[in-house]
Amino acid sequence: MDAIIRVEPTKLNLPWLFRMAWRDSRRNRPRLILFVSSIILGIAALVAINSFSDNLRHDMEGQAKELLGADLVIYQNQAASTTVKSLLDSLKEKNPGSQFSSENSFASMALFPKSKNRVSGGTRLVQIKALEGNFPYYGAIETIPRNASRQFRNGQKALVDQTLMLQFNMKVGDSVKVGNLSFLIAGRVNKAPGQSGIAATVAPSIYIPMDYLKQTGLIQPGSRINYKYYFKFDNKVAVEKLAKDMEPRFDKEGMTYETVEGRKATIGNAFANLSRFLNLVGFVALLLGCVGVASAVHIYMKEKLATVAILRCLGAKGSQAFIIYLIQLTTMGFIGSVLGALLGSAIQWVLPQVLGDFLPIDISLSLSWHAIGGGILLGMVVSLLFALLPLLSVRNISPLNTLRASYETITTRRDPLRWLVFLAIGLFVMGFAYWQIRNWRESLAFTVVLLLSFMVLAGVAALLMWLVRKFFPVSWSFLWRQSLANLYRPNNQTLILIVAIGLGTTLITTLYFVQSLLISQVTIAGSNNQPNMILFDIQASQKEQVAKFATDYKLPLLQQVPIVTMRLEEMNGKTAEEIRADSTSKIPDWAFNREYRATYRDTLISSETVTEGTWRGSVQSPNDTVFISLEDRYATSLKVKLGDQLTFNVQGTRVNTVVSSFRKVQWNRVQSNFLVVFPKGVLEEAPQFYVLVTRTPSDKVSAQFQEGLVMNFPNISVIDLKLILSTLDEILDKVSFVIRFMALFSILTGLLVLVGSVIISKYQRIQESVLLRTLGASRRQILVITALEYFFLGSLAAATGILLSFGCSWALARFSFESSFAPAMTPALIVFAAVSSLTVIIGLFNSRSILNRPPLEILRTEV
Amino acid sequence: MTNILHVSNLSKSYQSGGRMLTVLHDVNFTLNAGDTFAIVGPSGSGKTTLLGLCAGLDRATTGSVELNGVKLDKLNEDERARVRNQYVGFIFQNFQLIPTLTALENVMVPLELRGERNVKKQALELLDRVGLADRQHHYTVQLSGGEQQRVSVARAFSNRPKILFADEPTGNLDAETSEKVVNLIFDLNRESGTTLVLVTHDLELAEKTGRIIRIKGGAIISDTAKFRSLGVEEFGS
Repeated sequence: MDAIIRVEPTKLNLPWLFRMAWRDSRRNRPRLILFVSSIILGIAALVAINSFSDNLRHDMEGQAKELLGADLVIYQNQAASTTVKSLLDSLKEKNPGSQFSSENSFASMALFPKSKNRVSGGTRLVQIKALEGNFPYYGAIETIPRNASRQFRNGQKALVDQTLMLQFNMKVGDSVKVGNLSFLIAGRVNKAPGQSGIAATVAPSIYIPMDYLKQTGLIQPGSRINYKYYFKFDNKVAVEKLAKDMEPRFDKEGMTYETVEGRKATIGNAFANLSRFLNLVGFVALLLGCVGVASAVHIYMKEKLATVAILRCLGAKGSQAFIIYLIQLTTMGFIGSVLGALLGSAIQWVLPQVLGDFLPIDISLSLSWHAIGGGILLGMVVSLLFALLPLLSVRNISPLNTLRASYETITTRRDPLRWLVFLAIGLFVMGFAYWQIRNWRESLAFTVVLLLSFMVLAGVAALLMWLVRKFFPVSWSFLWRQSLANLYRPNNQTLILIVAIGLGTTLITTLYFVQSLLISQVTIAGSNNQPNMILFDIQASQKEQVAKFATDYKLPLLQQVPIVTMRLEEMNGKTAEEIRADSTSKIPDWAFNREYRATYRDTLISSETVTEGTWRGSVQSPNDTVFISLEDRYATSLKVKLGDQLTFNVQGTRVNTVVSSFRKVQWNRVQSNFLVVFPKGVLEEAPQFYVLVTRTPSDKVSAQFQEGLVMNFPNISVIDLKLILSTLDEILDKVSFVIRFMALFSILTGLLVLVGSVIISKYQRIQESVLLRTLGASRRQILVITALEYFFLGSLAAATGILLSFGCSWALARFSFESSFAPAMTPALIVFAAVSSLTVIIGLFNSRSILNRPPLEILRTEV
Repeated sequence: MTNILHVSNLSKSYQSGGRMLTVLHDVNFTLNAGDTFAIVGPSGSGKTTLLGLCAGLDRATTGSVELNGVKLDKLNEDERARVRNQYVGFIFQNFQLIPTLTALENVMVPLELRGERNVKKQALELLDRVGLADRQHHYTVQLSGGEQQRVSVARAFSNRPKILFADEPTGNLDAETSEKVVNLIFDLNRESGTTLVLVTHDLELAEKTGRIIRIKGGAIISDTAKFRSLGVEEFGS
């Protein structure tokens, strides 16, 4: 017996491992499917978004020119000078066969005389677009009737955006008054080149022929008009190069331009940002699902302990047992991912309805194999990573478990591979976030916030279990004690349910709070007798008449502010050209290109506070230094310091100034706020116009006043808080619909994880419930125990989720919206009640078989 | 006769409640190929621990186990698994069949683990031998306790083991079924020339073996081999 026989290691025998994985799965498949069902929705969300993005990219290539409607658009915010006219002419002449159109657009009031709209009295601030030429050259202004987009140019006719037509209940053939002229509504605009639905919400347009613009009387000194020049070139013209070559001349004249490629990039980037954000929301749903997978696999492996021990006893290696279940779970991950990808591909058909308002082009829908492949791969990798955590324990199951059922429980705490898997998960999450955000700091922040949320929820679950165990209420009734004990006893679902439900609650509640925050910012700004209406474009000659008109309606003249337009010409003695030529200068081009609307006064107003320097309200003599005040963020972007000299060109007169103070301005208040404020005694003689700020006591007075104003002073425009609020509400509704749609995946995933966990826990608890039934527990008693247990779990998860959402909303309010956050208790309580009840309902629904059937029957079929 | 199992100075201790608990103390014995052998003793006496150590399911604290010439204490868990697959068969009190496999597949597993081909025929023959050929596609939950144990017996002999360990093989069966299973085990054992190690409370069953050791408090208190060498044939109380 002294000779030692060498033991050859068992070969892996892969075909057998696959066969065993298949055989062993046969009686567990419904449950295995349940495990992976929680990742289906996450994958579906990601595949849907990425398929949609792929299609969008593809369609943008196909419809690129229709995004702009022309080959080149040149923008300017002042009327064409002689130099500009000759520049435009030279462009036409150098490119024979080119076509040219122009558009002047500006904000103005429109009056729909037939409207019975009681809120606005048939008036509304709109974007007037005066067109000349045959723009658009690519695509069309889509109108009803179809030929209206061409016909309206031949007479005193207008095209009116569909949102306006709906708001004022107008029909084609009715009239709209713009300034002094009434136009026949020739058609309803459904879509214009490059314009998204959301843009129409912000500034609905009315198109009129350029020939009638002058007669409207809306072009007055101080009117803020955007001039656009559209070019269509012969196919042979290299537009990009042409525009690039012309850029220095455009810059010199304060013009900017856009080409098809530029527009494509702008829209592409904007949508890429949106889709990245949505992808992250989808990814959270996927991670939530993966937590469900990890939990389910943990319990699955606990149940497989005996099988693995038998296999080990019969001679299987630890790695063989591990691979059998790895094959099973990878296959399930694959099936879950494929199902998710299929569902996602189907969901993308819904996305045009969800995202349509944000898109300027029509989207064709087709399967994106790229998105499907990516989704399947992502699903497999991430579900496997999470499944590995409990799966690793299989390698260490001892064959001794065949002899002693209580020999050991699965533990992997000391397994170094476990930490490696944790690290891999962390890196994977961060890598995915980076792939979406392309910013390491933000990716790290995303990962850390997610990790913290998981940790807080897991911590709360652990604390709950500890507290219940430590302070167990031994004197309470059996039903309460039994349900409380279920929270910490072996095979409890406390951790997974609190994490899954809590994370879902956090997401949803945060979204709600942020939306309310944005709305309330504006609402608060308009409350407490704050101004709620601004009249602008009041000519100097109209100042007194308009003031009288307002007082006739018993409206207070809260502010009558003079506005003087000017341009910045020099900074500290350096001209725009010199600064542009200086490559070290970080002063942006727009500082010199834009038109400034400055005011003068001797006091600060309530929406302003001086943050640095000294406010100087007046100039005593013409030779005194002119001290001006700049808005603080504007000063920062212009790299201006206190004491710097700025020279403005005030409609032909140079005015030298010195910066004496910076102001913080609350822009969200309905007031006339300014980047540049001059002291009194400098600009009084300059050509100027006025803004009047007032407060209307009711919607009815507001409507009557606006209607009268447009009739008497058609050039004057009105911004009223009601319009801002309703527009903001509409935009936020659209944005939040998209976010809620994506958050829905997280909620449904949370529910699936919840259902899965409850079903799994049913398997865990069924024996003891049956035992209780056998010992004489009534249906009601089992019902109460189950309901109480799920109520504890649901309510604690919801409460923690809501508290987390308070934190997230506070952080968003503080750092993103620079606002304060006061948690609204009523919606929080509603969410709390809803989530808690839902958990109890799902828990009871899944336990109904225990309640309704005889114990023996359950034991025969379910165990 | 060749030695199939050689146990020398075998001890096993566990850490329990902060102190060491010795469950086996200095156990020595040797078995020859073809022997039938029973370990008897009261609950908690250490007999299952001894079986686990002899079969390579666990590691001894001190001492050694040599199975068919292989020193088990020198091997890691995977190498011991290989030894079990090559030389050892098991029958358990609670059958320990894999619930997700059919009766036939359960019998095939040890052969498949060896990498053998065409194992279905061999497994079917064994199932036929235990009288369950017609239940080959049934899952374990669809079989009675006696049937499950017969599948377990077929599986134990499927890899043609040198030594068969049976832990209370009739512990979960009624008297009539027990007798059938015991007869099956002994018949198959005789036919295949396997060494049989039985752990049991049942003295009647133990007496069917050629040698009995009695264990108490982790130590052997009697061994019929010694009685026999002294000419004493009777054992028991």
